[in-house]
Amino acid sequence: MAKLMTEQRFASPDDVYQLLIDSHRDLTPDQSTRLNAKLILLLANHIGDAEVLAEALRAARQGVE
Amino acid sequence: MHATFSYPKYSFTPSDEQRTGTVRRHPVVVIGAGPVGLTAALDFARKGVPVVVLDAEDTVSVGSRAVCYAKRALEVWERLGVGQRMIDKGVVWKIGKVFNGDRMVYQFDLLPEPDHKIPAFINLQQYYLEDFLVSEALKSDLIDLRWLSRVISAKQEADHVVLQVETPDGVHAVEAGWVIACDGARSSVRKMLGLDFQGEVFKDRFLIADVVMKADFPAERWFWFDPPFHRKQSALLHMQPDNVWRLDFQLGWDADPEEEKKPERVIPRVQAMLGADTPFELEWVSVYTFQCRRLERFRHGRILFAGDSAHQVSPFGARGANSGVPDADNLVWKLALVLDGKAPESLLDSYSDERVAAARENLLNSTRSTDFITPKSEMSRVFRDAVLELAVDQPFARSLVNSGRLSTPTTYTDSPLNTPDNDVFAGRMVPGAPATDAPVERDSHPGWLMEALDGRFTVLYAAGDDPVPAEVAKALDSLAAGPLPLAWHAVTERRRGIAGELVDSAGRLRERYDLAPGSVYLIRPDQHIAARWRRFDAAALSAALYRATGR
Repeated sequence: MAKLMTEQRFASPDDVYQLLIDSHRDLTPDQSTRLNAKLILLLANHIGDAEVLAEALRAARQGVE
Repeated sequence: MHATFSYPKYSFTPSDEQRTGTVRRHPVVVIGAGPVGLTAALDFARKGVPVVVLDAEDTVSVGSRAVCYAKRALEVWERLGVGQRMIDKGVVWKIGKVFNGDRMVYQFDLLPEPDHKIPAFINLQQYYLEDFLVSEALKSDLIDLRWLSRVISAKQEADHVVLQVETPDGVHAVEAGWVIACDGARSSVRKMLGLDFQGEVFKDRFLIADVVMKADFPAERWFWFDPPFHRKQSALLHMQPDNVWRLDFQLGWDADPEEEKKPERVIPRVQAMLGADTPFELEWVSVYTFQCRRLERFRHGRILFAGDSAHQVSPFGARGANSGVPDADNLVWKLALVLDGKAPESLLDSYSDERVAAARENLLNSTRSTDFITPKSEMSRVFRDAVLELAVDQPFARSLVNSGRLSTPTTYTDSPLNTPDNDVFAGRMVPGAPATDAPVERDSHPGWLMEALDGRFTVLYAAGDDPVPAEVAKALDSLAAGPLPLAWHAVTERRRGIAGELVDSAGRLRERYDLAPGSVYLIRPDQHIAARWRRFDAAALSAALYRATGR
């Protein structure tokens, strides 16, 4: 457990946030959904660790329901 | 419709017991003469156990059903003497291709390594398969095939089961020491016992069209997501013998099955796929839905369930017949030992344990494939489409594309019959694993390891380049002369003239079993590994045999 790193890791957090928002510019909600799904798959493979992914998914789901 | 096969009609002959009004008790009655029931019957006969097979019909499987038979099922049939006939008639294949739109996104090879006797897969119409099994069964005096014999009730007594059997001559009683219910997904025996058959129903419909045509598609499994000829749905293509091709079109849950079966609906779909100028004839059309479900346990007293009566999967992955045949393979040697008084009845519980584990694995794979092909939610579809989109350029995404994970045999990892390893071995031949094949020379002729694994327990002793030590040979000879059916073979690196030796001149056996001189393997009658050691130890071997027979 607690393999997921949750401390701040970006050199420039605002740049990263803007990167995420900009990547969706001019997309319809459907297109954005597609982009997000592909992004999740790419990043999940980059992480390459099902335990870390499961922990991230649990954290992300918290408060959603 | 065009017919490439003429159905045999097996005649009903009233049994002596029905003619004379006597009730006989048979050691084993198999209900259902489909692929699983016939496999079980052939295996019982091999082991000298007489068996009655009751079937409600008087012909083989009608129309288009199972097509793809995997290596493991073929190995079982090969052991029973019918495998080669199926392979000779069937279409041998091992490559699968997956397309998204008109681009190939993924390709797999189901048997990438050389030197196996039996191919990865064959395609063969189920009616041929059953026809071959029936003709083999008819050769045996120990198999009593009774057609038009429908079981209408089953009552368990303390030491037998009473079946009421309805034939054209009326209803009569048949008693059985043990009953193997191989009566299919709609098993009436299961209903008679009131057993739960729980699982998932998938909200989708698929059209099967078997068409006769001359075509130059290769002998491969081709699967499309969203092909140009059938937008937003999937399609599947398989080659079968006699120029018959299996086409499978996803239709969606809202499709009307009666409408979709009509030739005026089917023909345009096929033309869209093949091109308007390809001549073809329809041989069979049906619309199906499917479920993934199983019994909780496969043994209920003296009634044992095998095949679709015990577990049902989607067709994607060819895990139906291919898991039913190993059920029979697993059960028959155990029941034969029990009938012979050489193993306790509790050995039959390991049948349920091992094959329930296999069914769970098959259901998991089948359900996952189905979730990919028929996404159950909007987000599931979004991810599925994202995988397909990424798979074009990203190698990692190709492994996520799931058009059906094709049947592979189950390793009985947690089976109580396994003797856990104490020594270190590399490779896949762990206790519980199905034995893998290797070329060997036997009696100065090129042959295969699987031919030596003939339905008895088998001990392999790796002699390397030395003779077999006298005390080892003596201990193995005495085991072979003992109560359990057992044979042993020395594995040698070159021909030494040892009786029964398997000459591993290509070194594949050494490689696949991680053999070193002195290594010992104990293999079960169903060709699964029971135990292995780095050094011969007669006491350990006896203990492992004891364990593998449920004592």
